[in-house]
Amino acid sequence: MTEAKLMKGNEALAEAAIQAGCDAYFGYPITPQSEVLEYLAREMPKHNRIVMQAESEVASINMVYGAAGAGFRAMTSSSSPGFSLMQEGISYLAGAELPCLLVNVNRAGPGLGTIQPGQGDYFQSVKGGGHGDYKMIVLAPASVQEMADFVFLGFDLADKYRNPVLILSDGAIGQMMEKVTFKSYTSAKVDKSSWATTGKPKTRERNYITSLFIQPERMEQHNLKLETKFKLMREHEVRWEEYQTSDAEFLFVAYGLSARICQKAMDIAREKGIKVGLLRPISLFPYPYQRLEELASQVKGMLTVELNSGQMVEDVRLAVKGKVPVEFFGRLGGMIFTPEDIEQQLENLITNHHAN
Amino acid sequence: MQTEEHLLPTTALEVQAPECHEDVYEVVYHKPSTMVDVHMHYCPGCAHSLVHKLIMEVVEEMDIQEQTIGIAPVGCSVFAYDYMNIDMQEAAHGRACAVATAVKRLMPEKYVFTYQGDGDLAAIGIAETLHAINRGENILIVFMNNAVYGMTSGQMAPTTLPGMKTTTSPDGRDTSFYGSPIKVSELMAQLPGAFFVTRQAVNSANAVRRTKKALQHAFQYQQLHKGTCLVEIIGNCPSNWKMTPIEASKFIDEEMVKTFPLGDIKVPKAEELKNLTEVK
Repeated sequence: MTEAKLMKGNEALAEAAIQAGCDAYFGYPITPQSEVLEYLAREMPKHNRIVMQAESEVASINMVYGAAGAGFRAMTSSSSPGFSLMQEGISYLAGAELPCLLVNVNRAGPGLGTIQPGQGDYFQSVKGGGHGDYKMIVLAPASVQEMADFVFLGFDLADKYRNPVLILSDGAIGQMMEKVTFKSYTSAKVDKSSWATTGKPKTRERNYITSLFIQPERMEQHNLKLETKFKLMREHEVRWEEYQTSDAEFLFVAYGLSARICQKAMDIAREKGIKVGLLRPISLFPYPYQRLEELASQVKGMLTVELNSGQMVEDVRLAVKGKVPVEFFGRLGGMIFTPEDIEQQLENLITNHHAN
Repeated sequence: MQTEEHLLPTTALEVQAPECHEDVYEVVYHKPSTMVDVHMHYCPGCAHSLVHKLIMEVVEEMDIQEQTIGIAPVGCSVFAYDYMNIDMQEAAHGRACAVATAVKRLMPEKYVFTYQGDGDLAAIGIAETLHAINRGENILIVFMNNAVYGMTSGQMAPTTLPGMKTTTSPDGRDTSFYGSPIKVSELMAQLPGAFFVTRQAVNSANAVRRTKKALQHAFQYQQLHKGTCLVEIIGNCPSNWKMTPIEASKFIDEEMVKTFPLGDIKVPKAEELKNLTEVK
């Protein structure tokens, strides 16, 4: 299937899961991502895969644990309140080193919030979310095409590191329709026989899945082993995209939907003669700190644009280390900025810092 | 994967075993090969070690070690995977039935069981348990009910008897405040997905034999793919009941059975068992 199709982001993601060889999907309905469960409920049985509507997000994530622990490609998806319910399970998955793919189609919060798009789950996604010291690779799609592409990438990275991978999308990317193409894909062969619980033959020791190491010395060893993996992720899995940064004097930093809108704002600003570029982090963990630091010695100021009250901006400031002003512009509650709003904020930044 | 030796020193095991004189005496019992040869962390008189062994005897006798996957809970038996020589997963508190659901759905020909205490199954995990049984998941749920939280040292459980003293009900369980003990087996037997539900104990030789029989049936029934088997076992907890092991065994006969009567609660009809290999 290489011809372009017109699909919703959530449906493209679901179709990609099938093509990526997802053995089992467990989910619970929540707007704005219920299409994933609906699509898979219809299509997975045709491929003899397992799809189940669980009794809760808590059950979903623990079903993923069981499936992943038995060595299968497993996945779940949810949206913000439901994804909060999964945090304990995600911590267990990371602690027990189980590969799986998780999807959060972010809506605005806190609490029940609204079903409109938001990016308020950034901290939860990249700084922990669940208890204890763990990290997971977080991929932020900015198009329907990436909703599909990151499923293949996400499953492969999960297997590579034996760790959960999160696709952090939002209600707009999940709901909007765009063209998408599916490239032919073959997953790398991964031998899980040394740890997966498939039944103990006489020829090997028993396999068991656990995140429990009651002796502190053993627990610390386990923590250090996990840290080694997270360090490798930081070294090898940083992903980002740049637009018109070669001559940029100012920089937008935005991911997902916000990055899409920043591209339009960039066009407006450039027509006015303002040389602005855009850095779009694709992996939110690991984060492109180094590239941002390099750009800080080139540009005169940065504007971080997010659909929240200012979360990723902390990482931008961490990267820039005070070299240039870093300002923030956001909308909340499911409200979305226009390209003109963003362009105006950029002009304000330039005026405020007399940087012209 | 290597064995986690994180509980007790193994030095005691290195003491030379006494001579058995198998040439003179007939061997009438041996520890099942499906048990790991380590010391257990359980208290003297605790039911867990006995029930672990019964399950592993059944697995050995049915020769299904290679086909069996167990799910351990959070609670005293959190280390079940240290003792049972089979592939196992340690689930988050209360979620064993969700974990088991996925394992069994993906490998329907395997034997899958959960091993859960009353806090794990009847408090925090009652939703996952009820829904797994309602779906008729072809798993065995071994439910250890000792009416108290063991690992956290004796707090009130959903199954704590009326008036029973625990560290969080120091004057005895007040049913007007906390409600009455949940009769999990009677409750779950109402669900069409439940295939076999029984309540047993292990406080006497006869009770142990009946419990083993129930476990044998429950494992065998998994071949039929007809629903969930729930084997509730009233467990002795001398440490948290503040009793000697013998007093604890008597307490089950004299007090526990008043709230939790022993016996089969839901049994399959004869025609449902047509295609079953006969239990030994």
